[in-house]
Amino acid sequence: MVAIAVAIVAWLWSNAVHNLSVRRISTGFAFLGREAGMPIADSWIDYSPKNTYLRAFIVGIVNTLRVAVIGIVLATVIGTLVGIARLSSNWLLARLAAVYVEVLRDLPLLLQLLFWYVLMQGLPAARQAWKPVEGVFLSNRGLILPSVPLDAANWWTILALVAGLVVLHLVRRRLIAQQMLDGKARPAWPYALGLVIALPALVSWLLGASWSITLPELRGFNFVGGLTLAPEYFALLIALVTYTSAFIAEIVRSGIQAVPRGQSDAAKALGLKRSFVLQQIVLPQALRVIIPPMTSQYLNLTKNSSLAVAVGYQDIVSIANTTLNQTGQAIESIALIMMVFLTISLGISLFMNWYNARIALVER
Amino acid sequence: MSSVAHLPQDPLPIGPRPAPRALGGHLTAWLRANLFASIPSGIMTLLLLFVLGKASIALWQWGIANAVWIVSGSDSSACRALRGVGACWAVVPEKYRFILFGTYPFDEQWRPALAVVIFIALFAVSSRRSFWRKELFLLWAAALIAIGCLMWGGFLGLTFVTQDRWGGLPVTLILATFGLAFGFPLGILVALGRRSKLPAIRSLCVLYVELIRGVPLISLLFMASVMFPLFMPDGVNIDKLLRAQIAFILYAGAYLAEVVRGGLQAVPRGQYEAADALGLSYWEKNALIVLPQAIRHVIPPLVNTFIAFFKDTSLVLIIGIFDLLTTAKTAIVDPAWQSFSVEVYVFVGVIYFVFCFAMSRYSRGLEAQRGTN
Repeated sequence: MVAIAVAIVAWLWSNAVHNLSVRRISTGFAFLGREAGMPIADSWIDYSPKNTYLRAFIVGIVNTLRVAVIGIVLATVIGTLVGIARLSSNWLLARLAAVYVEVLRDLPLLLQLLFWYVLMQGLPAARQAWKPVEGVFLSNRGLILPSVPLDAANWWTILALVAGLVVLHLVRRRLIAQQMLDGKARPAWPYALGLVIALPALVSWLLGASWSITLPELRGFNFVGGLTLAPEYFALLIALVTYTSAFIAEIVRSGIQAVPRGQSDAAKALGLKRSFVLQQIVLPQALRVIIPPMTSQYLNLTKNSSLAVAVGYQDIVSIANTTLNQTGQAIESIALIMMVFLTISLGISLFMNWYNARIALVER
Repeated sequence: MSSVAHLPQDPLPIGPRPAPRALGGHLTAWLRANLFASIPSGIMTLLLLFVLGKASIALWQWGIANAVWIVSGSDSSACRALRGVGACWAVVPEKYRFILFGTYPFDEQWRPALAVVIFIALFAVSSRRSFWRKELFLLWAAALIAIGCLMWGGFLGLTFVTQDRWGGLPVTLILATFGLAFGFPLGILVALGRRSKLPAIRSLCVLYVELIRGVPLISLLFMASVMFPLFMPDGVNIDKLLRAQIAFILYAGAYLAEVVRGGLQAVPRGQYEAADALGLSYWEKNALIVLPQAIRHVIPPLVNTFIAFFKDTSLVLIIGIFDLLTTAKTAIVDPAWQSFSVEVYVFVGVIYFVFCFAMSRYSRGLEAQRGTN
């Protein structure tokens, strides 16, 4: 059996070598060092068509991660809200949430993506942009938001905030460990105030960071200043977030329903506060049911971000596809796509498995 | 002792108490309980009613009141005059033949239509529990062969139609159904292989499943459309639709293998041991004892995988195969109707929705049935 498999692979390989030599395509990744000559409209890192293919691939990876990470965060938030809304005692809210889930789940993602993209293109031109709030423009150029220019001082402040959050987390764990010993509840808010608000504020003041908001302005036919979400990116983000949030809503709903009612009833009977019951009794038990299927939704969202190629958002798949057409390096381009996605999938799986192991019920 | 003897032998149970009388009428009681149970709930209801009302009015005006339903002689000027104000549903009667059947010869389009009917009948029959017998396999084989004959033709006076002229709904159904029909047995074999005692087979199966599940479907389709021809000897040229079909079978096989594996894990050890004790061979044991139980366990997740798979066939748009979504997108390339893509997408959306919704209802029904058993 193994011999047959080896023979088939060898036969395919000899065919490939022959075909490549007929088409004068050299194998290997040497093409990555050549000039790409491919324009990329929407990039977060410096890039021009004079750069190499390698650089273009890195831009593609950044673009994929940009849509995947923001998509995962938004889909989790919206999905959780919709999932809770489905369990609401308010009949209208629960019905609406159910319709949201049912409609979005039963339509192909690609159809939804094309639909949103067509709607984006149908928006008025920049001059007649739709302006829901001051500084926010929605036009066929995409969504333009006010932004804060970030200098070194701003970054240090953000770093201080992150460090404060990490320390706060450690402090809370310590406080809970102490409470486990003597049963006395110790408030965490003074630490929160100091670490999350006072510390970043101090850093910001010392370094003289400026937090002035730049409002976008219409000049001629386009916008100047502010943060622009290109229509391709925006359509892809909406489609991924709404589609995935419908699945996440169902996961959250079944997770909450999996916690027996007796648990929250017993907690209430003990006289615990409502917020405490949710945070300390229901959620930890629901999370154990929620995390594994949530992981596969995150992986799905990341893989689905490859549909970007259908609307021309230049993610890794789209750039690899262009490279393939320009150079004919089919095997290498597709291998690169697969490597990137396998790495991302592996990363998400490892992180979620670690998190799952941490919150899993410890059984004796 | 004697006092007990005087009690009736079988005391009558006390009947349930009547439900407490609701305040006000039936409707007000319901409203109070479900929409205005508390002040925040009431505010939420009013807010939702306001948003829902506004949205419904806007949708009504666009989709029905101001819409153009029919135009004479494929003249889209009436539609274009109302652009942005009303929907142009006239694009659907104008283009539906192309959207549903693609570039299939116009006079022969009853053949793909009949194929679609056979598909739907096949799904309907397969969903009935009373038909879950061995004969169902024969029925599937017969139906799939019949569909192939209808689509290709070339006998009994039917003109031969090559695959590159197929399009629309039949192609979507073919990709999904053939993908499942071949992917399901493959998935079962791989699931069994993952539990095999032979390390070579086990690691091959693990590699296959994890590799396919770790990468996006698009990269598999790219592989089928650009990389596959490189691996074939000179002169062998496999049709694009068939290559995509192979990619779909491999894709479905990996996902279905995981679902089936879940079912295999749910079969108690005693069943395997009992089968071994009866002296059944490996294949007899799995075919007669283990798999029937394993698959029965995972029917609802299997149907969910089918739904996901049906939706995923739309991805062939990216490699240029004319499935339902591609024909819809192509139908509006026509300059006269270019600006009415939303209407066309709503039309195909309804078709996709009907299929997926039917499947998801069915899956839920099965789950409810199992819950009561």
